[in-house]
Amino acid sequence: MRLYDSEVTSRLLLGTAQYPSPQVLMEAIRASASEIITVSLRRETAGGSGAGFWELLQQLGARILPNTAGCHTVRDAVTTAHMAREVFGTPWIKLEVIGHSDTLQPDVFALVEAARILSDEGFQVFPYTTEDLVVGERLIEAGCEVLMPWGAPIGSGQGLLRRDGLRAMRAHFPDVPLIVDAGIGRPSDAAEAMELGMDAVLLNTAVAKAGDPVLMARAMAQAVEAGRAGFEAEPMERRDMGVPSTPVLGLAELM
Amino acid sequence: MQIIVNAEPREIRADTLEAALDELGFTSPAIATALNGAFVSRAKRVDTRLTAGDRLEVLSPMQGG
Repeated sequence: MRLYDSEVTSRLLLGTAQYPSPQVLMEAIRASASEIITVSLRRETAGGSGAGFWELLQQLGARILPNTAGCHTVRDAVTTAHMAREVFGTPWIKLEVIGHSDTLQPDVFALVEAARILSDEGFQVFPYTTEDLVVGERLIEAGCEVLMPWGAPIGSGQGLLRRDGLRAMRAHFPDVPLIVDAGIGRPSDAAEAMELGMDAVLLNTAVAKAGDPVLMARAMAQAVEAGRAGFEAEPMERRDMGVPSTPVLGLAELM
Repeated sequence: MQIIVNAEPREIRADTLEAALDELGFTSPAIATALNGAFVSRAKRVDTRLTAGDRLEVLSPMQGG
């Protein structure tokens, strides 16, 4: 899978928040085999509250995708992106502009505007968006080469609420990497996203808040791999009626 | 003078951003700064003069989704 100028093998992107401990986080990332992890920026305290996490990131060696989580305006998101580019030394930015505090639905109007500004400034934008096709087109016009539609509200674990919308996106943007970002709760959700032809899945809470995050990270990796293979293998058509799989020809007459 | 640092009022002697960060104890290399809502790059901190009432944000890496 190609994301901007990078070739990526793993189709699972993992968030780093809410794990029970840094140790569990590190083990979960290893178990997930993710090559890309998402991170954020928050207020530093004097003496260095962020230094420990920074050192941990250096050890991991994974590619970092900083986010603009919590931003509600274009200005907030653009400023945060600039700060992230300097700290993490990457042009990649997971662009979130939140429009609604309860659903954490993206403000797609502000998203398109921020995406245009950042793309013009040399950022490689990964926009957290809805499955709306026109918004997707506007984001691509703005310079985005990846789209990240939500599956369900962030942190809800509800799975894919609008499968038809994701299917339509796949058909409408055959050559644009599509990453389902947010809403995945279980491995079956991740597998389903991949079976729909999504290129990758980005998740966090589903792993971090599982009873055993490391085991769930492995399960998600397997689900993503299985779902992708299932998509590439082209599933059979559904039938309305049962059709015997064992040949009828040659069946004995025993009555 | 008094400025607002990460939403807290702080009294500082320094009059440049670079010197203020040092005075306030922000010594980690992994920080980014914004003054009154605008990003100030590492290279520009030394020439960025502060005035009373400025709002300074100092951010660092944090876990995120």
